[in-house]
Amino acid sequence: METQDRKIRLEEQIEHWRSYLRRRQAIHPVDVEELEDHLREQVSALLRANLTEDEAFLIAVKRLGDLDSLSREFAREHSERLWKQLVVSPAESGEPGARTRREAAVAFGLTVLAAIAVKLPELFGLTLDADEGFYVRNVSLFVFPLLAGFFVWKRRAGPSTQRWLAAGFVAAAVFANIYPFRPEGSTEILTALHLPIALWIVVGVAYAGGRWGEPGVRMDFVRFSGELFIYYVLIALGGGVLTGFTAMLFQAIGIDPEPFLQRWMVPCGALGAVVIASWLVEAKQSVIENMAPVLTRLFTPMFAIVLIVYLATMTFTGRMIEFNRELLIAFDLLLVVVLGLLLYSISARDPRAPRNIFDWMQVVLVISALLVDALALWTIASRISELGFTPNRVAALGENIILLVNLAWSAVLYVRFLRGRGPFTDLERWQTNYLPVYGVWAAIVVTVFPPLFRYI
Amino acid sequence: MQDSTPINKDLVAASSTPLVLAILSEKDSYGYAILKRVRELSRGRMEWTDGMLYPVLHRLERLGFIEAHWEVAESGRRRKYYRITRQGRKQLAEEREQWQAVDDTLRGIWSALALPFHAARDLLTLTFTPAAALCPCR
Repeated sequence: METQDRKIRLEEQIEHWRSYLRRRQAIHPVDVEELEDHLREQVSALLRANLTEDEAFLIAVKRLGDLDSLSREFAREHSERLWKQLVVSPAESGEPGARTRREAAVAFGLTVLAAIAVKLPELFGLTLDADEGFYVRNVSLFVFPLLAGFFVWKRRAGPSTQRWLAAGFVAAAVFANIYPFRPEGSTEILTALHLPIALWIVVGVAYAGGRWGEPGVRMDFVRFSGELFIYYVLIALGGGVLTGFTAMLFQAIGIDPEPFLQRWMVPCGALGAVVIASWLVEAKQSVIENMAPVLTRLFTPMFAIVLIVYLATMTFTGRMIEFNRELLIAFDLLLVVVLGLLLYSISARDPRAPRNIFDWMQVVLVISALLVDALALWTIASRISELGFTPNRVAALGENIILLVNLAWSAVLYVRFLRGRGPFTDLERWQTNYLPVYGVWAAIVVTVFPPLFRYI
Repeated sequence: MQDSTPINKDLVAASSTPLVLAILSEKDSYGYAILKRVRELSRGRMEWTDGMLYPVLHRLERLGFIEAHWEVAESGRRRKYYRITRQGRKQLAEEREQWQAVDDTLRGIWSALALPFHAARDLLTLTFTPAAALCPCR
């Protein structure tokens, strides 16, 4: 009877220990199960050595090590499980409440600054209507430095990181403004499109807070970017509704709100929202933490099917891709979407998870996108000599090649992983190592293209 | 049977990868059994905090050196077994070479230190006082 009681008590103790362990975010249920198996094995070995259940349990627990350092070790190894907790409260010490509030205050202050920044040039006589080019080229410079400042403050980045960031933004400001662009010329539009990409990498360096070299941190930045995009779209939708109502309400009383909306509400709101969305991503992580991966899961099969059907149609009907002006850009966008789907499924995937059907789907998607793009490139290559090299075409071609190289090698690594010839981490590392390439190419387009093509 | 001095923490940490890989290259195994084998091999001098083995295993798994699968043990519980991969064997061979090099280096210096005392003294005087080396009476 007594041994029965002791057994029940042991089970209770183990149950207690297990629920305590479950509360640690770094230790997942499967790991708890693994540790529990260990604990039980140890207990039964000690029981065989004639210890009582209580004694055996105590010694076995003690041998596993204290839970704080254990979960710290797990956290270090499984950083992907923790990225949100880590950014929300970097240290257990200090009052989390006070810190969150201070962060909210700083974010709000920076949002106001961003809204002011976009209006500042008007003091120097640059208006939104008359100097559209200036605003288009500099739009990222109104808000990205503030965002970088937010991360520098939050991560307490060292002085050398700060200097590099400052140098990056100053260089961007110089190159965006010294060239004598022809108004609304191609090179000006290219600068407007590429400067944000280059500067986004600079923001990434600030986000990493001096640890930009680590693949895990870069992957966190990729996750952050995806969630930011989703938040921003949601905020923009809300903003659109608000703008619509404002217009409707004021028109109803005979006041034309158009100038106010165009000059104040929309530009200030659009830039301030970037800061607010970034702060929200950092602070409210858990609310929609899995949005990007969920969307990825949903659309990967659909895109794969569309692309395969497209390829099949071309094969059976013998129709070829017809050349037109937007062709290259359209295919660039297609590759960007495919890369996004790949990137976010990689970022959300547990590298230890077994291979599954979704992985194959991912490979099918990438390979079919590569085939479609190769056909498009073939069409373009045959026509480009007679059409000539315009800045737009060269930029789009460069981007196409950069994306093609990334996807092609990703496909190789993915297949290698699926056949058990390499770890999933290779693919992750390839993607994170590739990030600066986009920034460098964007920087080349901004700095070299305008003089190369005589500012047309 | 237990030797008295436990091995220093840093050394334990550094040797964990080759040790785990080597044990798994004997046969597939699971956490508790791996630790038992470590204790056997080191005659109790390698003291691992049991729990710390698991983050190490998970790291090796992430790097593709080992793979895991669940099996139902005789007790009826699910148990996570680890198996070394081809890449893991390659890594093990590499680690082995490196540890061999460290071992050789240390052996070299150990044997030098083990020379008879006067021989060592002579060696020292010869190297450090060139005048002594030139003296014909030696």
